[in-house]
Amino acid sequence: MRAALTLRGNHALLTRANPLAKFGAVFLITLVLALSIDWVSASVALAAELALFPLAGLTLPLLWQRGWPLIVAAAVGGWSTAIVAADSGAVLLDAGIWSISEGSLQLGLGFMLRGLAIALPAILLMTCTDPTDLADALAQKARLPHRFVLGTLAAMRLVGLMAEEWQTIGMARRARGVGSHGSPLQRLRATLGQSFGLLVQAIRRASRLAVTMEARGFGTGQRTWARESTYSLLDAWVVLGGVLIAAAAVTAAAGMGTWNFVWR
Amino acid sequence: MAASDAGASGVRPAAVSARGWGWRHAGRAAPAVQGLDLDIAPGERVLLLGPSGAGKSTLLHALAGVLGDEEDDADETGSLLIDGQVPRGQRGRAGLMQQDPETQVVLSRLGDDVAFGAENLAVPRDEIWRRVHEALDDVGLRSAGEDAAGGSGGLPLDHPTSALSGGQKQRLALAGILAMRPGLILLDEPTANLDPDGVLDVRDAVGRCLDKTGATLVVVEHRVSVWKDLVDRIVVLQPGTAATSAVLLDGPPDQVLAEARDLLIGAGVWVPGFVPATRRRTSAGSGGLLLAAQDVAVSRERPRRRGFRTIPPVPVQTGITAQARAGQALTVTGPNGAGKSTFALTLAGLLAPVAGKVSAAVDLSGGAGIDPFTWKAKQLISRIGTVFQEPEHQFVTGSVLDELMFGPRHLGHGGERVDELVERLRLTHLVDANPYTLSGGEKRRLSVATVLAAHPRVLVLDEPTFGQDANTWAELASFLSELLDAGTSVVSVTHDEEFSAVLGGTELRLGPAARGGARQEAGAA
Repeated sequence: MRAALTLRGNHALLTRANPLAKFGAVFLITLVLALSIDWVSASVALAAELALFPLAGLTLPLLWQRGWPLIVAAAVGGWSTAIVAADSGAVLLDAGIWSISEGSLQLGLGFMLRGLAIALPAILLMTCTDPTDLADALAQKARLPHRFVLGTLAAMRLVGLMAEEWQTIGMARRARGVGSHGSPLQRLRATLGQSFGLLVQAIRRASRLAVTMEARGFGTGQRTWARESTYSLLDAWVVLGGVLIAAAAVTAAAGMGTWNFVWR
Repeated sequence: MAASDAGASGVRPAAVSARGWGWRHAGRAAPAVQGLDLDIAPGERVLLLGPSGAGKSTLLHALAGVLGDEEDDADETGSLLIDGQVPRGQRGRAGLMQQDPETQVVLSRLGDDVAFGAENLAVPRDEIWRRVHEALDDVGLRSAGEDAAGGSGGLPLDHPTSALSGGQKQRLALAGILAMRPGLILLDEPTANLDPDGVLDVRDAVGRCLDKTGATLVVVEHRVSVWKDLVDRIVVLQPGTAATSAVLLDGPPDQVLAEARDLLIGAGVWVPGFVPATRRRTSAGSGGLLLAAQDVAVSRERPRRRGFRTIPPVPVQTGITAQARAGQALTVTGPNGAGKSTFALTLAGLLAPVAGKVSAAVDLSGGAGIDPFTWKAKQLISRIGTVFQEPEHQFVTGSVLDELMFGPRHLGHGGERVDELVERLRLTHLVDANPYTLSGGEKRRLSVATVLAAHPRVLVLDEPTFGQDANTWAELASFLSELLDAGTSVVSVTHDEEFSAVLGGTELRLGPAARGGARQEAGAA
């Protein structure tokens, strides 16, 4: 869990881009895909995203490791849409109240591809963006209050710690005879007790961390930044890439006549 | 900050003066410190001693300017000044290091963490990085320079701080403090949570930095021998009252230690050259086998799911074979990260071994099955008791008495043993208190008592003497030697050689961690 929050070993090109530029590109693509449910725009975006994998240092096995719940969810979503959507065109499969027609299959496929095409950029972004760099960009470029941004960043480090602590407290309580055995009510009570134990430790840790930060002068007026968050030519390419993918998706869908606004 | 009167290192040593100073925390009836008169000259190095409750940490927090930020009805009396001004207004003048290494790290990359304080003081960027390199050099975490690839044994600036040991984290914290160029360095039990090597590394790093910068030092620590040669003055505090002074003794280390040796020993301070008297073992134990680990590999991590596959964790240590025998002690030792605690938890039936077997002898299992990990919680506590390093992790109720009765009630016993334990571990006056409000030593005694209340035949302890004062230490060691003589098997993970000597028995020494990719995110699994 703690390892997942760092990018050690990833030196791909996109790790050097400014997080805000990457955010902008992802936002553009997501926005366009959210406007229409059709399989053409989604597959164009998806293909382009897959082509970008090497630039972000992402590989297919790595994608499956990190994003399999999203991928499975997209597949399930597409399948159920195909089953329950109103039929249009030739019916391909009929099993009582459930049926799959050409139209519903197309809709389901569009749903699945769109889910993937929206999930993928987020995974790409996470793979090639360091939380510290993101915080720097948010505070320096997006001008969010640094107290808030750096406080969140420091707290995130504790999240991994808390995951370890949860396991330790679980064992420590089992050693006292509080087990995950018994009726559901007993188990619920055991979990609540463990949560309380974790809460106490989390508050203690957080207040000690706050003292550490305060003792290092945090929270008083002006501060400088050891790491300057900058834009470079690369960021222009990143945003341009986002625009191009979004435009290609819309154009292709419009050209093939499959574009349909979600609200219609 | 005035650069004119600063030395070559850019540090202007700070002066501290307290006049009748006192502080009462919000919501407390009694003040934490009362009537403190103290002067510390620039560049002086002071070791602060005293029983718990004497207000040592409160004083350090006040000097660091972090006291009472959100305490509206806290109460301050008298004056406490750094260079003639209140500490609160001059952040960066004093740097504070606390006990828990995990909370001394702010950011996730080595260099960024050192830079954090300097950034907050609005130091220009180029100067920050100059200071970062210098500070890392000074504390012995030499930075590998700009080119991470061409590093010469040092750690790169983007080294993940979570991968550092406790001692390295404390030295990192010191580097972060040094980068602020403080005139006053405040250390609040900086080495209480560290193994012996870590303790010396931190102490030596502090010494080097003081020699270089000439900064003033105030350190709070139980273990006098570690700091005695580094400081030039010892101040002993006592819980102040309206009538008495908060400073009990004040003078050069040798003089104070000679004058007040008995008094300090009485207060549980670890005076150099003094090992508290403990009960001697009277029997060698029957030696009947209770619990055995055979060729065990251990890890805290559970098997992980990668998609539809299950991947076993990479063990931190492999091939461990050991036995716990009735009336005999087993001491698990080894360097940091060798998997000592992980092994102890595996032996205690709290973790499943990655490979190999942990088996209970029929004498211990009594029909509950051979593998302790499969026992129900109720079956476990009456057979194997485990005392964790952090007592608070094991508190499950709101009062000391309920805490002690919890095990027996669960097992359907009466509380006969509880009365005896309360008496024996001096908890009688605390039975109605909330466990979380006890002092460190009291929490430790309670956590041992609660586990023993269930009558386990094997007792497993993880670093039971960490951060304990000499009195609690002696009590614990004597008590365990009694248990051993009564036929209990005691397994302890410890760095404390004197403690193992009291218990006797055999030592299981684990080598350095089996290096694997446990923490690394593999490129392709």
